Amino acid sequence: MRGRDGTPASGHERPAAGSRYAPRWVRIAYQAFFLLLFLASFLAMTDEGVRRLPVRWLFHLDPLTALGMMLSSWTLTPALLWALAIVGLTVVSGRSFCGWVCPVGTLHHVVSRATRRMRRGPPARINRWRPHFRLKYLLLVALAVAALAGTLLSGLLDPISLATRSLGSSLGAALATALPDGGFRPRLFRAAWATGAIFVGLLAVNRWIVRWWCRAICPLGALLGWAARVSVYRIHVDPELCTHCNLCAADCQGADEPFAKHRVSECHVCLNCVAACPEGAVSFRPFAPPALPAGGVDLGRRQVVGAGLAGAALLPLARASAGSASSPGPLAIRPPGARREEEFLARCVRCGACVHACPTSALQPAMGEAGPEGLYTPILVPRRGWCEPSCTLCGYVCPTGAIRPLLPEEKGWTRPEAEGIRIGTAFFDLGRCLPWGPAIPCIVCQEVCPTSPKAIWLEPVEVPARDGRLVRLQRPHMDPARCVGCGLCEAKCPVSDLAAVRVTRVGESRARESSLTLPLGRTLS
Amino acid sequence: MSGAHPDRRRVLKRILAAGAVLGGAGLAAGVAVLSRGRWREPRVAALPKARGVEPDPRFPAVAVARGGPEASVRAAVAAVGGIARFVRPGETVLVKPNMGWDRTPAQGANTDPRVVAEVVRLCLEEARAARVVVADVPVHDAERSRERSGIGEAARGAGAEVLVPPGPGFVLARLGGVVLDTWEVFAPMMGADRLINVPVVKDHALTRLTCGLKNGYGLLGGTRARLHQQINQSIVDIATAFRPTLTVVDATRVMMRNGPTGGRLDDVAPVGAVAAGTDVVALDAWGATLLGADPERIPHVSLAESRGLGRIREGTAPREEIHAGP
Repeated sequence: MRGRDGTPASGHERPAAGSRYAPRWVRIAYQAFFLLLFLASFLAMTDEGVRRLPVRWLFHLDPLTALGMMLSSWTLTPALLWALAIVGLTVVSGRSFCGWVCPVGTLHHVVSRATRRMRRGPPARINRWRPHFRLKYLLLVALAVAALAGTLLSGLLDPISLATRSLGSSLGAALATALPDGGFRPRLFRAAWATGAIFVGLLAVNRWIVRWWCRAICPLGALLGWAARVSVYRIHVDPELCTHCNLCAADCQGADEPFAKHRVSECHVCLNCVAACPEGAVSFRPFAPPALPAGGVDLGRRQVVGAGLAGAALLPLARASAGSASSPGPLAIRPPGARREEEFLARCVRCGACVHACPTSALQPAMGEAGPEGLYTPILVPRRGWCEPSCTLCGYVCPTGAIRPLLPEEKGWTRPEAEGIRIGTAFFDLGRCLPWGPAIPCIVCQEVCPTSPKAIWLEPVEVPARDGRLVRLQRPHMDPARCVGCGLCEAKCPVSDLAAVRVTRVGESRARESSLTLPLGRTLS
Repeated sequence: MSGAHPDRRRVLKRILAAGAVLGGAGLAAGVAVLSRGRWREPRVAALPKARGVEPDPRFPAVAVARGGPEASVRAAVAAVGGIARFVRPGETVLVKPNMGWDRTPAQGANTDPRVVAEVVRLCLEEARAARVVVADVPVHDAERSRERSGIGEAARGAGAEVLVPPGPGFVLARLGGVVLDTWEVFAPMMGADRLINVPVVKDHALTRLTCGLKNGYGLLGGTRARLHQQINQSIVDIATAFRPTLTVVDATRVMMRNGPTGGRLDDVAPVGAVAAGTDVVALDAWGATLLGADPERIPHVSLAESRGLGRIREGTAPREEIHAGP
């Protein structure tokens, strides 16, 4: 308990946070509880789990997702009304979500705590507020304007999405790779190294600046900070008792500077300052007078307008690029139930829950296939896996309805005469196809084709081999009117690097302009 | 005194350093001479032998029963000698159904779960096997195929373990075939005393028929899609290497077209029969007749006969079918 015995404030001694202060322990218990609940929900994104547990609860508590979805799609998934609870919590007690609930905040808290002794200097200097911490507010403005224009990019920086995406399509898979064969299915994800490096890199920044992500980048923190300006409960420092020892800053999470004029918008309500004060001068109490106007964040009007303009420029620039929403690239194969591309991009929060949940790893994060806006949106990569005929899990983990939850009958692949959902069309690469090119029997694609009648049909042929003998073969043909684009043929094709049959987006049923064939049964016979 | 102590320490340090250098050099020499390297050719295991039973003239090679699935299994197995002829008390039995597809029982792409469960019960209750493992390497998503086929729940309920990949993994095994020399085999196969083959009769575009001979394909791993290039030789190689103790053919529902995946209910015909026996070729010949095909003209069946795996005529000869009741 150094610090309580009157260590001089100017010394470089690092006092331990007061461990006798009960609310701090309650906070730690909350953080642990919500982190475990997040991990449990993440692991429960399975057929069995989605039936039993509300695995998307944390997404639905997220006001940034709710605001972004409203601005971009002019609709709101009813479950996102839960976000009002967090808004209410913030109005009562400030950014307590950041300090008590957010799993990303908790991870950053743990790393900053573990690296505490590596940061040298007086507490008031280490945990000072830096002007660049205003960046998160400008990012929030830019993302909100971009959402209003029609693209929901906030999820790229939303902490819940960030955590789900990083664990699901990188760190979880990396862990399974590093572990000895323990019945884990090896899973591969596109750009997993980059996805993981971003997450780990952000954690590493804690060594220099405590919770830099939360303080400078997180747009959800910015949104809650804006709401916290009117919070009822806040940190109050009694000037009569304060000896300006600055110990309150020692383990400050938000850089809200209780030792000077408290910045309520930056405060994570971790209560370490209350615990650390040797004089009992710091309290968390209702109706404390605001220490600084505007929550302690002075944004210039020009900065805000500039951020807004930057956000407004994002969508036109993206949509002017080839391969974006107006004409997605051939490999932008969306999961079944995905809405039309514009609406999809206005609802998808890039959380990667679908990528994580997909049982065959067919869903992968898009890097460039769906244009610049489509970064980290899900695409089907049949070489990684196929769309399982009866599976509709992606729609049940999607927090915003970018992928509609389908019934297996609605997906329709078990009874395709009823015009089910199609996500693309497969085409043969005749030079690589074994019966077509080198005249070797094969037809694995026809065997695994799940529609009935099969989209792949066989033509019996006799072709001369090199030595003049006749070889009897069955050559596969694709009937585009029957193909649903599931990718089983491409996934199972024995030409093991670049498959001889490959799926592209054309023919997907979600958009009329993607149609390839005229509807079945319209020909006069 | 002040000089002696540092000197001793320096000498000790020198000795330790010299030891470390020599030890390191010795280690390097050891690695260079002795180690076979981190990446070695995988060891090729031999398949377990002697799963078959002696031919017994008292019993037919094939028996067919019609009726309810469970009653038909019991009647057909009883007619070829009873389960005790094939499984001894305390043995480990591998039951190999067709569990390869994300299809419901009504779609007829997998073995009927009631047939599998009845075979498991016979092994555990009548033959008092120590352990029954139901295993397959599905084409579709493994866990989903296991559950949606109904086999997972039914076989677990009957007391079996149900294994799909990744599970206990694969072992590179010597099959010793004409085209299949060594191949990855699902590990439960290696520890089984008995193999009971429980295929379903289905149409197949490449091989015309999928039944008992082809069912062994589902115990292989690796890039088995390559086998299609010489599918008939491959099937016969597999059947020769695995040699099921007993084969119980599920023809309760028979997929007549669009095989082996089907999908539509009208691809499936209700036949309501189960056949059992030790002659896989005969059983496949019988299955082929259900599809309206001539078994002599199905290449892998006639190839299997010419390799001595059984006789087509045993399956096509007219026989009295057992009425097993519901």
